[in-house]
Amino acid sequence: MSVQDRRSTARIVGVDVGGTFTDLVYLDAEIPGGLALAKVPTTLDNQAGGVMAALEAAGVDTALLDQIVHGTTTTTNALLERKVARTGLITTRGFRDVLELGRRTRPAPYGLTGGFEPLIPRELRLEVAERMDAEGEVLTPLDEAAVIAAAETLKAAGCEAIVIHFLHSYANPTHERRAAELVRAHWAEAEVTAGHAILSEFREYERGTTAAVNATVQPVLRRYLKRLTDRLSEGGYGRTLLVMQGNGGTISAKRAADQAVNTVMSGPASGVMAAAYTARAAGFENVLTYDMGGTSSDVGLIIDGIPSIHSELDLEYGMPIHVPMVDVHTIGAGGGSIASVDASDLLRVGPESAGAMPGPICYARGGTQPTITDANLVLGRLDPARLLSVDTPVSLEDVRSRIRETIGDPLGLSADNAAAAILRVANDRMAGAIRMVSLSKGHDPRDFVLFAFGGAGPLHATALARELAVPTVVVPARPGITNAIGCAVADLRHDFVNTLNAPLEALDIADVHALFAEQEAEGRALLEAEGVTLAGVEIRRSVDMQFLGQSHILQVPLDMAAPRLDDLDRLFAAAYWERFAVELPEIRPVLVNLHTAVLGHRPAVPLAQLAASDTRAATLDGARQTARPVWFEGAGWCETPVYRRETLPADAAFDGPAIVAQFDSTTVIEPGQSARLDPFGNLVITVPNPFGDAP
Amino acid sequence: MTPLDPITLTVIQNGLQQVCNEMDLAFSRSAFSPVISETHDRSDGIYHRDDGALIAQGEDGLPVFVGTMQDCCATVSERARDLKPGDVYIVNDPYLGGTHLMDVKFVKPFFYKGALFCWLANTGHWPDTGGAVPGGFSASATEVEQEGLRLPPVKLYKAGTIDEEILAIINSNIRIADQRIGDIKAQAAALTVGERRLTLLLDRYGADTVDRAIAEMRGRASRQMRAKIAAVPDGVYESTAIVDSDGVVNEPLTIALTLTIDGEEAHFDFSRSSPPCQGPMNSVIATTRSSVYLAMKHIYPDVAINAGTFEPLKVADPDGTFLYAKYPRPVSGCAAEVSQRIAEAVFAAMTKAVPDHLFAAPAGTSGNFSLGGTDPKTGRGYVCYLISGGGYGGHPNGDGLSNGCSTIGISKTTPIEVVEQRYPILYEEYALREGSGGAGAHRGGFGVRYKVRLRRGDARASFVMDHGRVGPQGALGGEDGAPNTVLVERGGESYVPEHLSKEQGIAITEGDAITVETPGGGGYGDPAKRDPALKAQDRLRGYYPD
Repeated sequence: MSVQDRRSTARIVGVDVGGTFTDLVYLDAEIPGGLALAKVPTTLDNQAGGVMAALEAAGVDTALLDQIVHGTTTTTNALLERKVARTGLITTRGFRDVLELGRRTRPAPYGLTGGFEPLIPRELRLEVAERMDAEGEVLTPLDEAAVIAAAETLKAAGCEAIVIHFLHSYANPTHERRAAELVRAHWAEAEVTAGHAILSEFREYERGTTAAVNATVQPVLRRYLKRLTDRLSEGGYGRTLLVMQGNGGTISAKRAADQAVNTVMSGPASGVMAAAYTARAAGFENVLTYDMGGTSSDVGLIIDGIPSIHSELDLEYGMPIHVPMVDVHTIGAGGGSIASVDASDLLRVGPESAGAMPGPICYARGGTQPTITDANLVLGRLDPARLLSVDTPVSLEDVRSRIRETIGDPLGLSADNAAAAILRVANDRMAGAIRMVSLSKGHDPRDFVLFAFGGAGPLHATALARELAVPTVVVPARPGITNAIGCAVADLRHDFVNTLNAPLEALDIADVHALFAEQEAEGRALLEAEGVTLAGVEIRRSVDMQFLGQSHILQVPLDMAAPRLDDLDRLFAAAYWERFAVELPEIRPVLVNLHTAVLGHRPAVPLAQLAASDTRAATLDGARQTARPVWFEGAGWCETPVYRRETLPADAAFDGPAIVAQFDSTTVIEPGQSARLDPFGNLVITVPNPFGDAP
Repeated sequence: MTPLDPITLTVIQNGLQQVCNEMDLAFSRSAFSPVISETHDRSDGIYHRDDGALIAQGEDGLPVFVGTMQDCCATVSERARDLKPGDVYIVNDPYLGGTHLMDVKFVKPFFYKGALFCWLANTGHWPDTGGAVPGGFSASATEVEQEGLRLPPVKLYKAGTIDEEILAIINSNIRIADQRIGDIKAQAAALTVGERRLTLLLDRYGADTVDRAIAEMRGRASRQMRAKIAAVPDGVYESTAIVDSDGVVNEPLTIALTLTIDGEEAHFDFSRSSPPCQGPMNSVIATTRSSVYLAMKHIYPDVAINAGTFEPLKVADPDGTFLYAKYPRPVSGCAAEVSQRIAEAVFAAMTKAVPDHLFAAPAGTSGNFSLGGTDPKTGRGYVCYLISGGGYGGHPNGDGLSNGCSTIGISKTTPIEVVEQRYPILYEEYALREGSGGAGAHRGGFGVRYKVRLRRGDARASFVMDHGRVGPQGALGGEDGAPNTVLVERGGESYVPEHLSKEQGIAITEGDAITVETPGGGGYGDPAKRDPALKAQDRLRGYYPD
């Protein structure tokens, strides 16, 4: 990297908007200790307010910044709250109800109530004559006059966005392209989404809904980013604003709205990106990420340093979003999850949550049902004096007696044992869910480290690791602002998917090479146009394959641009064996989709700055703040030292039991476990496997 | 014996559930057939060593298998001889605790420290098990032999090794046999996963403790269901549901239920139902019972599932009716169709007992439609197997779902684009069926109307659907949903099949087409009391054309 480049990329801000707080990290590579952090309340109506407040709180001069990377929940919230743009659909004659009919499902295996409203209501879904077959041959030519008439109707109906969604457009997009062109020509202000341009993959309901998601949030995101860039410009910021996407990469604000669907679920993705970056620097390539918040927990998977990507998210029932995204599974257990005794006298924890209002009992906002946070408090894991969000304190004894009344008495347990039971049951369920996430990809949790962040992740991580026989837990230096760090470190990224859907024996490998080359060229062109300083470009390719007759697909990474047919055959067989331990030489393999991810690597981010602290004590004793009784499974109450995270000596190493407290997170280290600080300020905790080395 | 502490009990319950979920996952991830891998027409569970009673079952398993697998495990446990670790029984005999022949069960003895601890079992719907028509849904079979290969419990794996001779017999009797090995390996591998995980659980808590937990959970589930029934007013509630015909004799079949709620128990008496029928709409007793269980689980979804749940649900053997089929009565329609009519009768009776808690009848047909032929373009044979959904009933809190899944299943439909890739057919329409949802204060959900045309060559079409004579029942003054319809266009002429919803082996050729309209759900409550704003919305959306 030249001196010139270095100067131009030194001062970076990552700013992430969460449900409650907007977090910011400022890193300056050129000044020792060049770090500033901020945590301010999120401004829900216009998130730009919180972003500007965070910049101000961190004391950052916007005019001097080289790069701002922003994670926003604007699109996710708009979808979940249905505050979306009025959108119309133009589709193939005979198929306007595909978006409302779905794939013949119901919300839950048992119970026959509930449902969903499609994003585009029926009166705004119009049909035109046109038809392709599965090979992409035109069966009915596009009725261009009908397209124009439909656009007029939808315009008159007050739509501001339009989806063009035709059957088999993944095989031949000419009709969709032409229709989009016509609509734009007759209605310049319309936001037009053509299905194949968002997702060139078969499955009409999922592709159509994904396109509808894109269209309905596009105007919302565009307006928001306009407001934010205007405010930043007023502050003197002259560089490109980068926006975080669900695939874990970034895109410039001026292009983000074109593919607005890609920003959905970008928050969880940035957490996983931070974990991948931090863990890799610390020497860990295979990572389970665990982000526990107030209402739910997010689990991600990182293999060989690369976050696992999938493209089959259901944001909620009836809203599949099939674009490549960091594979994050949400578990319905967070600090606010409510414990109760069910009709068969068994203890249940979650999925109901007390949320932020009324919240856990100890928040003193009117909550009366015990939560995981309350149990942590009663068992000494959380410091009552420092508990965040407390307006009027409730006494520890109040919480304790409430747990005894609601859980202890019905089950014949003391208050302490009832609180311990809440943690045991909650950890048991979370561990089970984490196992399913890793197993579904064919991995054994014992081959991973558990990277814990979020407010409550580090409280539970060591118990979960013990339960899962994961040997190591990593808690980063700043667990409470991990998503903002993820923004700061994320690369630029563009993903491309095209369907070929042919048995290998019938495939012309030249088509594969040509498509890969096209995808790469398009990605490189997009990167060029962003105007952001890059340290390098990386191309990641993969293919989706299946055996003839199957319907599910397996993603097979490729480390070559021009694979031969026998390469595909061999790599698929190996990947299939790794995942399922089944060999099927009798059956013919099929190449379904080609994927290319084009990554623009940003210059290295000075992570060690995060560990910098001028408050470090010389010895461990100096970092010891106090000691208090803490309850541990198996050991019961133990007098436990409490360390301040920022005062731990840089080479600190100690054994559990111990509590490490910091501003927005608390780490629990159990008896028998040991912890050390690494050069990046991560707490690395060794967890012995209590069950021996079982298969 | 000291009682188990409630926390250990919860953790063991979660642990057993987790074992089943991991078996479900392993099975569907590696299964070959889309019907298992994509549509999850399968289930995995753990069953008691003595009597096959259900201990735990995967949360993502097909509902109708919930009750049948314990009957099947009971049969295997009675007949099993010389059990060794690694043995796996295969069985699909409907009369020995089954559904139809296509639902093939694997049952494996699980040994812990040298002793039989429990049975691990799973069911997978195979795309074909031989018989008169591809896919097994013969609408006009009169004996089970015409429906396919029937396997009593035999050890397909002996001490971990597949018996190549039994496999050869199976392969010689089913269609597209070369692909079946993929499903067989996946189905057996899922049980191996269960074995590994269950061993870990027993290592951790001890076999005695887990045994006690199983007994305790059974008692608690029973008490939970008893508590639900105790809240239903005592009394006798009668209901009926109609099956269009048996596919052979064009006469309706009646399911007549007398439900007696007596304190904490519910007695289900189907003895007034029609006698055994000639065609394949007979139900074996395991399916009849399971249909009652799954209906009650739909009404009370929060009740845990194990053998205890079913104890207060007393289903008398309906001897002499078509709901207690004996060899050699044909039964291919029982799993997908008759089961849903039985559930509908349960819903209707319960609606009389607890109207505020119920819903109007759902579409309740799986819409089985199969098309088999040879594609002249590729020269390859194919069997295209389509299912479809329909409207759910209105309920106290809102309108019914449109295009809901069959009540006994959880299977998604195959995307149109996938069907057109694989088979020489073209959809001309796939639309919400306007007007099909029964009117009501809360209207029924809508069915689907689709039309497919054969593009090349010749083919034979068969369908086994239902609800063609009468639509799904409305509740509390709501109107019935629209009935199922089928229209065949052949050689330029159209006709409605004699049996309305069932016909087998219709020879069609290039250019011929078939249109299917699936039922809407029943309406709930007086239509006159529908919220005017919702009425206006229905009009705007064109849900009810004038």
